[in-house]
Amino acid sequence: MASNDAASQVNQGAGFMGWLNKRLPVNKFISDQLLEYYAPKNFNVWYFFGSLALLVLVMQLVSGIFLTMFYKVGDTTAFESVEFIRREVSYGWLIQSLHAIGASAFFVVVYLHMYRALMYGSYKAPRELLWLFGMFIYLALMAEAFMGYVLPWGNMSYWAATVIINIFSTIPVIGPGLVEWIRGDYGVADATLNRFFSLHVVAIPLILLLLVALHLVALRQVGSNNPDGIEIKENKGSDGKPVDGIPFHPYYTVKDIVGVGFFLTLFAVVVFFVPTFGGLFMEEANFEPANPLSTPEPIAPSWYFTPYYAILRAVPNQRIGALLLLLAVLAFFFLPWLDRSPVKSVRYRGLWFKGMLAVFTVSFLALMYLGLKPASASYVNAARVFAIGYFSFFVLMPLYTKWDRVKSVPKRVSFHE
Amino acid sequence: MADQEAVDLDRRKFLTVATAATAGVGVVFAATPFVASWSPSERAKALGAPITVDLSKLEPGMMLTYVWRKQPIYIFKRTPETVAKLAAHDAQLKDPKSSDSDQPAYATNEMRSLRPDVAVLIATCTHLGCLPKQRFEPADAELGADWPGGFRCPCHGSRFDLAGRVFNGSPASVNLRVPPYNFENDNTLVIGSDDAAVQGAA
Ligand code: HEM
Ligand code: FES
Repeated sequence: MASNDAASQVNQGAGFMGWLNKRLPVNKFISDQLLEYYAPKNFNVWYFFGSLALLVLVMQLVSGIFLTMFYKVGDTTAFESVEFIRREVSYGWLIQSLHAIGASAFFVVVYLHMYRALMYGSYKAPRELLWLFGMFIYLALMAEAFMGYVLPWGNMSYWAATVIINIFSTIPVIGPGLVEWIRGDYGVADATLNRFFSLHVVAIPLILLLLVALHLVALRQVGSNNPDGIEIKENKGSDGKPVDGIPFHPYYTVKDIVGVGFFLTLFAVVVFFVPTFGGLFMEEANFEPANPLSTPEPIAPSWYFTPYYAILRAVPNQRIGALLLLLAVLAFFFLPWLDRSPVKSVRYRGLWFKGMLAVFTVSFLALMYLGLKPASASYVNAARVFAIGYFSFFVLMPLYTKWDRVKSVPKRVSFHE
Repeated sequence: MADQEAVDLDRRKFLTVATAATAGVGVVFAATPFVASWSPSERAKALGAPITVDLSKLEPGMMLTYVWRKQPIYIFKRTPETVAKLAAHDAQLKDPKSSDSDQPAYATNEMRSLRPDVAVLIATCTHLGCLPKQRFEPADAELGADWPGGFRCPCHGSRFDLAGRVFNGSPASVNLRVPPYNFENDNTLVIGSDDAAVQGAA
């Protein structure tokens, strides 16, 4: 096999590197993963978001480790300790802002990363498992963000925890008992805060790291897709290398660093000049301590949950509302099997898919907006319309991807757009 | 040693499955204490003991909020006129007779209470647990001319009447819950226990 040949050719080096390489496959790793790893040469800006997600993950881990040094978990200490970090720890305000705004940045990056996969059909064979690992990362990320949001024990933390945990109470029979078990008390309380802290700083980060590792191994196994949706491994030159591939290093390592530069610039602008981002990245009501006797009005979850929240609210029956919320998230898992189209990229798809992708995009953004608004009749009615748009993208997919009149896909990748 | 005996594959398969199954049982047993640790602790349960509320200063139309088992409890007095009007809007309610709702047997009536004048309700919204806000004034500009007075939840707009019964069109499906309670005397309410004998012993 070609990869074995390549491995046997790896230069073991002399001196210390030779000693090291006999004991740890350093050069082999660099060769397999960077120098001899061929990625499609037509990546566009949408391909920045994977490496940016890695960057944000590291940023969250580092800022989180430092926050944990000052944060005091407990219903009587948590709120005060976050104030302490923001006001009295040297650069505590910066570390706390980086972590809180980093959570929003994570979702910005991950949503764009996922949207790229929708556009270019990256979830389709042979990348189903890569996509599924991505979806598990997304679920873990949602849990991580939700529990982290509870930790400052502000009033919004408290009521967000109350409402979200109560969604489980709609499960028939076991619901009420399950909710008590999750909270560890008859209401959201100290016990809830403590277990969320443990999960947020230990359990879920470990799970996330494991899932990201699996995500990347699966990616290396099947190779990246690209904006044309052409499998570059199917068109190899006489040297056995994909004609439309270029070595990951130096081409994409350097390109990714440029992406990092742009991202960090934008991120710094937000952190220093618009940290609350109009109440989206940090919420007003969370600057007040948790008060079990007063629900903040209006109450809305973080912006990255609002599409699902709007769907929940759009249904007058709470059980069906919770079920649709669940389905709205889980629907993504089934994409690889719902899509019957012979082509991957939107560039070669027909009007049906393009139209439905547009419907989905508009619906998702509209639901995101509506979920931030109060539950008045006109907003709720609008959410119903967009929820139908949202679900039709998935439910009708087996049909319209069949009917779609696709273009023929060229053999070589292109650089238009 | 030239042991030519063939490997007994059936036996090997049986042993593999049996070992795996035993390990599986072990995992379940080992997981039990960890899963159980999440249930409310003994302390949380102890703090859930009954509370006593003095009603002597509670005027009709006024409301008190107490916390019992981490849940806010609304306690308010209804005027005789309010009580008389409570049955008038039954048609607008999801569960006017409280047959699908959660309350002690002695509160499964039109007033959802032991005494018509005193209402005791668990304040957490039966939709997703926010606190419905007091909107006792009838004919509210926002809630409509036929609003009889009651509560509106700020989270998703569920509406309840002055007996905690949910109006049609609310995301909540059942009425506000009623905690177990009893009256020690005319002006002393005990929340969390419906048995005066148990309360006396404590
Ligand atoms: C912590 C979060 C994540 C990290 C660190 C991460 C990392 C990466 C990296 C480095 C790549 C290769 C570069 C690129 O294509 O942009 C990639 C590709 C990919 N990721 Fe993720 N990812 C994350 C979350 C997700 C999620 C939530 C999904 C989807 C549900 C997903 C689906 C994919 C897919 C389908 C590809 C292949 C795309 C293609 O080749 O066109 N990832 N990921
Ligand atoms: S929590 Fe009260 S209406 Fe949803």
